[in-house]
Amino acid sequence: MDWGAIIQNSFRGFIGEPFIYFSLAAMGLNMHYGYTGLLNFGQAVFMAAGAYGLSMAVVTLGLNFWWGLLLGIVVFPLLLALIMGVPTLRLRADYLAIVTIAASEMFRIIARSPSLDRWTGSSDGLTAFANTFYDFNPFDKQKRYFFGLFIGNQMWVVLIGWIVLSIVVLIVWMTMRSPWGRVLRAIREDEDAARSLGKNAYWFKMQSLMIGGMFGALGGMFRAIGTQSAQPQNFITDVTFFAWVALILGGAAKVGGPIAGAAILYGILNFTDVFLRQLVENGYVPESVMDGTQVGQVRFMLIGLGLILLAIYRPQGIFGTKEEMALDDR
Amino acid sequence: MTAEPSTAQHLFDGVPFEPGAAKNDPILVADGVRRAFGGLVAVDVDHLEVQRGAITALIGPNGAGKTTFFNLLTNFDEPDTGSRLFEGNDLAGVSAYKVANLGMVRTFQLTKSLSKMTVIDNMCLGGTGQTGESFFKALFPFLWRRQEAEITERADALLERFKLSHMRDEFAGTLSGGQRKLLEMARALMVKPNMVMLDEPMAGVNPALKQSLLDHVKGLRDEGMTVLFVEHDMDMVQEISDWVVVMAEGRIIAEGPPESIASNQAVIDAYLGAHHDSALDLEAD
Ligand SMILES: Nc1ncnc2c1ncn2[C@@H]1O[C@H](COP(=O)(O)OP(=O)(O)OP(=O)(O)O)[C@@H](O)[C@H]1O
Ligand SMILES: [Mg+2]
Repeated sequence: MDWGAIIQNSFRGFIGEPFIYFSLAAMGLNMHYGYTGLLNFGQAVFMAAGAYGLSMAVVTLGLNFWWGLLLGIVVFPLLLALIMGVPTLRLRADYLAIVTIAASEMFRIIARSPSLDRWTGSSDGLTAFANTFYDFNPFDKQKRYFFGLFIGNQMWVVLIGWIVLSIVVLIVWMTMRSPWGRVLRAIREDEDAARSLGKNAYWFKMQSLMIGGMFGALGGMFRAIGTQSAQPQNFITDVTFFAWVALILGGAAKVGGPIAGAAILYGILNFTDVFLRQLVENGYVPESVMDGTQVGQVRFMLIGLGLILLAIYRPQGIFGTKEEMALDDR
Repeated sequence: MTAEPSTAQHLFDGVPFEPGAAKNDPILVADGVRRAFGGLVAVDVDHLEVQRGAITALIGPNGAGKTTFFNLLTNFDEPDTGSRLFEGNDLAGVSAYKVANLGMVRTFQLTKSLSKMTVIDNMCLGGTGQTGESFFKALFPFLWRRQEAEITERADALLERFKLSHMRDEFAGTLSGGQRKLLEMARALMVKPNMVMLDEPMAGVNPALKQSLLDHVKGLRDEGMTVLFVEHDMDMVQEISDWVVVMAEGRIIAEGPPESIASNQAVIDAYLGAHHDSALDLEAD
């Protein structure tokens, strides 16, 4: 057993690229669900907005990288939030849930349709739109950094990712301690009560949808930048549910919950991947039980098992408080 | 319990004791307001005026349509027909939150305490015109810190008054039923409304505290606030209301000062069934 490789890989999962994408996406969901009580089951579409906002701006429209950032982080997510929010946010929570699922699947299917090849690159997606980003890379492309975990370009993505993530955490932390955050939490608890006190619940929900959507877009954009490609398959519904898993695992309505959840999720995924593979390779697990090609599936089964145990023994998530959870039943 | 003489009855000088009577200075006017749920006509009010600066009680048997009428007056529900004017503003099509901002705040019969927020957060939420409720300004605490301190101070004073100070930092979800009623009423007052509409505010509140809160409500009236409240407790109605409006089966069947209501034949019929001819004993329970 190569324990060095196991530890190194687990640690990379803990802090690496997927951790960043999904932390950002889950921070957005936390804004939506944790603080405002909005059910967004289509966070993938906000992530896609970030990825396609940037890549379409650069590749399709021939704009420069900076316009791409504006489109991907601000314009696309805001438009999406308006399109999904205007018809649903006056209604019960379920309607937003339905519309977000539908929108995220619609976007993916439309983006991969061959007739739109000129715009979206259909199923191959768009590539090579983040050169400007890598032009600023101060790290040596050939070298390894941070305990040898990341090569130069990766290090640059991850470093900027950490910085952006810190800013997002700071924004959430600040706003949730403010009267603005108090209104969101009140809406989560009882919209009519908030209204009876003169709060425009509809507009606050819209703001929450927009801002959480922008966090998601940042996540999707990092994913696109990290791989220099934006493809429809990167934004399937599983992506939304990974972000949800991170949120539930860490604990909703806690500032650090989504980050802890994403770190643990990817730490465990990477750990089980390498660990199981080594068990198979070293003959500790007979081929009849599991072979090397099945490791990928088995680790998701283990994650599923872990989530079931969590739901039974710690439903409030790792950072949640049981007392708060119990208030629901009164 | 001996009823103290109310101090705002002079506002009703010359107002006839009849349903739909015009008031000397109405703050709220409802006209032809009707609301049906399927075949059931829950509210069918020809005309009602609520006198500014007075405490008006809205009474009536269970299912009379009082809560529904409250919802219609505060735009939590839309009437099928009819108009509502609050301080001269037509409320048709106005969102419920705007009605609150116009100065008319209501509480709910089934309390809506915000369970996973602390009692003090519940209170502070009620503050109006908060700078920190803008997302961008929220990021700069120095812009709203002073206002927040003022709001918190006012909230603490009200909590003291409502005997909730010891629960200040607890989650509202841990409060008892009566405490939630108190919190909701106190929270409504945080809005500094011109008019409060209280739906059974004292249900489940212990008698000693009730007395102190009644005095508080009278104090609010003396400061110029208009109060409209629904209540089944006749002692309370007798004691603090300047004017009583009686609803039955969606309609307003009687109006007048509290003394005039107990002997009103229409009211006796509504509460006890028709052809009951003894005066209604509103003093007992
Ligand atoms: N949303 C609704 N759908 C159908 N019927 C309703 C609805 N709301 C109220 N009603 C009906 O309207 C009538 C009046 O109800 P309302 O709650 O206004 O009575 P109330 O006077 O407040 O009674 P209580 O003193 O018991 O609180 C009742 O018959 C009730 O069943
Ligand atoms: Mg009622």
